[in-house]
Amino acid sequence: MSEKIIMKGNEAIGEAAIVAGCRHYFGYPITPQTELTEYMAKKLPLVNGVFLQAESEVAAINMVYGAAGTGARVMTSSSSPGISLKQEGISYIAGAELPCVIVNMMRGGPGLGSIQPSQADYFQATKGGGHGDYRNIVLAPNSVQELVDFTILAFDLADQYRNPVFVLGDGALGQMMEPLEFKPLEVKSVEKPWAANGLGTRKTPNVINSLYLKPEQLEAHNVKLQKKYQLITENEIRWEEQNTQDADLVIVAYGITSRIATSAMQMARADGLKVGMLRPQTLWPFPCEPLNNLADKASAFLTVELSAGQMVEDVKLSVNGKKPVYFYGRTGGMIPNPKEIYQEIKKIYGMKEAK
Amino acid sequence: MMEKIFGRPESLLDVPFHYCPGCHHGIIHRLVAEVIDELKVRTSTIGVAPVGCSVLAYEYFNFDVYEAAHGRAPAVATGVKRVLPDTTVFTYQGDGDLAAIGCAEIMHAAIRGEKITTIFVNNAIYGMTGGQMAPTTLIEQVTQTSPYGRNQDIVGMPVKMSEVLATIDGAKFIARVAVNNPANMAKAKAAIKKAFEIQHQGLGFAMVEVLSTCPTNWAMTPVQATKWLEENMIPYYPLGIIKSPEEVAK
Repeated sequence: MSEKIIMKGNEAIGEAAIVAGCRHYFGYPITPQTELTEYMAKKLPLVNGVFLQAESEVAAINMVYGAAGTGARVMTSSSSPGISLKQEGISYIAGAELPCVIVNMMRGGPGLGSIQPSQADYFQATKGGGHGDYRNIVLAPNSVQELVDFTILAFDLADQYRNPVFVLGDGALGQMMEPLEFKPLEVKSVEKPWAANGLGTRKTPNVINSLYLKPEQLEAHNVKLQKKYQLITENEIRWEEQNTQDADLVIVAYGITSRIATSAMQMARADGLKVGMLRPQTLWPFPCEPLNNLADKASAFLTVELSAGQMVEDVKLSVNGKKPVYFYGRTGGMIPNPKEIYQEIKKIYGMKEAK
Repeated sequence: MMEKIFGRPESLLDVPFHYCPGCHHGIIHRLVAEVIDELKVRTSTIGVAPVGCSVLAYEYFNFDVYEAAHGRAPAVATGVKRVLPDTTVFTYQGDGDLAAIGCAEIMHAAIRGEKITTIFVNNAIYGMTGGQMAPTTLIEQVTQTSPYGRNQDIVGMPVKMSEVLATIDGAKFIARVAVNNPANMAKAKAAIKKAFEIQHQGLGFAMVEVLSTCPTNWAMTPVQATKWLEENMIPYYPLGIIKSPEEVAK
């Protein structure tokens, strides 16, 4: 089981979902994640699962709402414009506290944008996207192996917290092939006494709902949700640090961008510049405290994103004015090369007159 | 011993409805509950009620219920039924919900031949939001958003969803009924029962359109509203079985 195999990112997510016990998938084709939809179409019927191509992303996410409410492990996937269409359903899922996994392999926007890799849906994924005070757990893998590991983790977190969980990748991660392994795991079976799956021997009906007409009740529901989000923030922040022990400059990057930034960091290190990197693996909850701690030692931060600057706002909130936070981003599906990022690093050192 | 011949169906909880006096939702809820009881499927039934006057259906039915987003009940019901194929799944939707915002979802549930039952309550108006024009609003009918009467040149003719859905192969049973008098109530109940039996037989999608009043938003007394339904709605939306497996077999 733990031998190395080679898989395309999008297909690896599909296999990971099946390994995690997901037997229900509802989706709609959209580039650059269609291989995942196709993989589920091929594989789920072979394991007595259900693959259904919905008439729209709106319908797909509402099928997820229905399936999740019965207690089943369920997934949907899409790319940016399709994820926009799902936002209504995601708000209802968050409100009704249903567990599900949503994959977004981001592409350039706004509007129809492009089909090239992007990270411009950071705000949408981490700040709500739909209406109301809610949070998605957002996992940000940066390799095909992490696409696998985080997809499996996503199902566990969804069940544990009764919350939608995003696997936030991008067109590059979905399309690239890398070696990976499926580590042996036991699928965590979680009791779901709240599920609306028919009364059976139960006496009281279960209701899947996000409607609370009385303001006192809706506020109490919101307070309960916020307590849950607080608990998630306390327990589930994940991040990785490289060369931060002695770093003057800390790069902050996630997903595919962190791979390019790593090369830039290595170039800088080879030239004697003390550059490190913090890579958030969860975008919500965001690694605020680790960044704030680094701000006591490092002199500056450089956020690199495939966007016009979205995560950089969270980096600034985390650093909280202790040190300058710089930003470098490319948009529209353009991907920076390591040299470009290294140029930005040099600029920053120039500004503060590098040793 | 006295035999009990009339009582509250087990599928209805003992709570007062919030519906306006003269509204037909209460009767329709009761008919659905009676049918679920008679088919002995209460403990394996899951209802889905989306936004509209019936949004609080989960407070009245004594089985598991989902509250769905506006128009999305057929998609939610699809998700439920695909996970639990042995349960009885139905949606309970109004005309704004089914014929406007949820048009795609109901069409595709029928196209897939989804093994669910839909109770479609058509009162020719948006009730919950206070009486706006629906796709089913009759020509010249005055509503809050058609204050000069529905004008065909601007918004077209009222849509006959039952006839539209009957053209779809996956829809196996489609009927339009009313609950304006005891005789029609008996017919309505028979149609609702049939629509659930179609689901249990695994034949495909089944829908019963129930013409209903909205005295509050029609600005009528309950008696006037029922009369208006008889004189205006039934002529445009004729009652009867529009499609059934028996008919198809002929």
